[in-house]
Amino acid sequence: MQFGVFSVGDVTPDPTTGRAPTEAERIQAMVTIALKVEEVGLDVFASGEHHNPPFVPSSPTTMLGYIAARTERLILSTATTLITTNDPVKIAEDYAMLQHLAGGRVDLMLGRGNTGPVYPWFGQDIRNGIALAYEHYGLLHRLWREDVVDWEGKLRTPLTAFTAVPRPLDGVPPFVWHGSIRSPEIAEQAAYYGDGFFHNNIFWPADHVRRMVDLYRRRFEHYGHGPASHAIVGLGGQVFMRDNSQEAIREFRPYFDHAPVYGGGPSLEDYMEQTPLTVGSPQQVIDRTLGFRDVVGNYQRQLFLLDHAGLPLPIVLEQIDMLGELVVPVLRREFANGRPTDVPDAPLHPRVAASRELEASPA
Amino acid sequence: MTDRASSPSRSLVVVTAGLGVPSSTRLLADRLAAATERHLADAGIDARVEVVELRDHAQDLTNHLLTGFPSPKLQAVIDAVLAADGLIAVSPIFSASYSGLFKLFFDVVERDGLAGKPTLIAATGGTPRHSLAIEHAIRPLFAYLNATVVATGVYAAAEDWGTGGVAADGGLVERIDRAADELAAAIAAREHQPVADPFADPVPFEGAALPARTRTEAGPRTRPDLAPPGSGAA
Repeated sequence: MQFGVFSVGDVTPDPTTGRAPTEAERIQAMVTIALKVEEVGLDVFASGEHHNPPFVPSSPTTMLGYIAARTERLILSTATTLITTNDPVKIAEDYAMLQHLAGGRVDLMLGRGNTGPVYPWFGQDIRNGIALAYEHYGLLHRLWREDVVDWEGKLRTPLTAFTAVPRPLDGVPPFVWHGSIRSPEIAEQAAYYGDGFFHNNIFWPADHVRRMVDLYRRRFEHYGHGPASHAIVGLGGQVFMRDNSQEAIREFRPYFDHAPVYGGGPSLEDYMEQTPLTVGSPQQVIDRTLGFRDVVGNYQRQLFLLDHAGLPLPIVLEQIDMLGELVVPVLRREFANGRPTDVPDAPLHPRVAASRELEASPA
Repeated sequence: MTDRASSPSRSLVVVTAGLGVPSSTRLLADRLAAATERHLADAGIDARVEVVELRDHAQDLTNHLLTGFPSPKLQAVIDAVLAADGLIAVSPIFSASYSGLFKLFFDVVERDGLAGKPTLIAATGGTPRHSLAIEHAIRPLFAYLNATVVATGVYAAAEDWGTGGVAADGGLVERIDRAADELAAAIAAREHQPVADPFADPVPFEGAALPARTRTEAGPRTRPDLAPPGSGAA
């Protein structure tokens, strides 16, 4: 099972000081976070993609390419890559290039994006969201698997005798996760292709997450990719930890109360009860995260959102240290416990898989 | 007499945005519900009536607006409205329109959730001068939601409660009865509509309304110079 950190890349003032990082500071902070994720032994760093303030990561492959050069084991991913407003040809090129530079340590998560104006800024229409996700990915999927593509759709200019370069590293396309919070169409799409399905799991009651993942698993089997239990599932999660839970809640409350996504709404306590947000001791985070398996079955990837709501970088880095020292080692052991041997791991590029095997084998 | 055991049954949900306790909006809602129940019974239909006081959900409605998802308690109310065979929606008139609380609720009910649903709209106010707010504010809202709104909307001004049910232009009691009759007829005329579950019955990917695209009939073409090592392509 893989564990990692994903960043939305928002520039949010720290509500306890009123100070917001500059774009330069925030971009460097994301890089520092990624390096820390590798340092503490976690597996994945994923960057968001946004094209409007107050966010900085408009160009994820630039950032991930830089991180790739400064890391050795870390898998670089996205949360999410906008399949609607990006040209699928450019996604095919950018992520294949990144895959080469990173020696295969790349996968990506596709999402639609829910910011209305971004669509027209890129010549699209949000009302075509699902159709764009379907058509664009249909093309992307072919561009990575067929050397020469003739293609005609409704939402992009046709292609004749087009070859996307570079070709995927060793002919193996980056693994794709499809992320969606509320659209069964996207779970269906992930199942159709036998790709991964990621539920960000941080805004929704558990029952909703369960139903989305159940749908994906059921349809994965329907489309002949293997039994439902072999479908590739990823979840988000949101945590804040201190040695004891009172301390964690006291320190996190001002950030919660002013966070752009839930500030002014429910109390921290209600929100924790109704969603997977966990603010407490490392043991509480362990218990809550292990509980996700009861909701979605044995799954392959757990990403945590830590650098949001204006939390300053030093605190975020402390959180990653705690994950690496106190939480993830226990989660690895406990999730492995009772996991049927036939449940697959998230696919790795063959080069990465080979180097992992080499590491694991006794010298 | 209809045999109760075999008589068909329909659910009627009453949404009231009254704020006071007691509330004249609730009073009107209860009278409309009772009259509708009576007309349904006359048609041999058992009504299961559920009354929702939006005041009880005001905090959850605000939270839903801010976080994008309902609390379990609010979800149960939304589910009841979606599943209902008929709806009675009653708001006080504030500043020439429905109240903010009333609108908040219908803002978070999904867009197609009320499509075709037999609906009776009603309102209360301090003075009869606001009675047309039903027609210029509430009716367009439900038209947008594609609800099937019965012709008679019922407005009760403070003074209507003192007419004893008889007035030159048709008293409140008569208007309640007429509207309830129309709603009961609309409910009786419509089959129960099960709520579609997008998770249970997904639109199959192959059958989805996808933009047309060409497929490579003979499978992928491979350029030998681009073939990956070990792929077997000559």
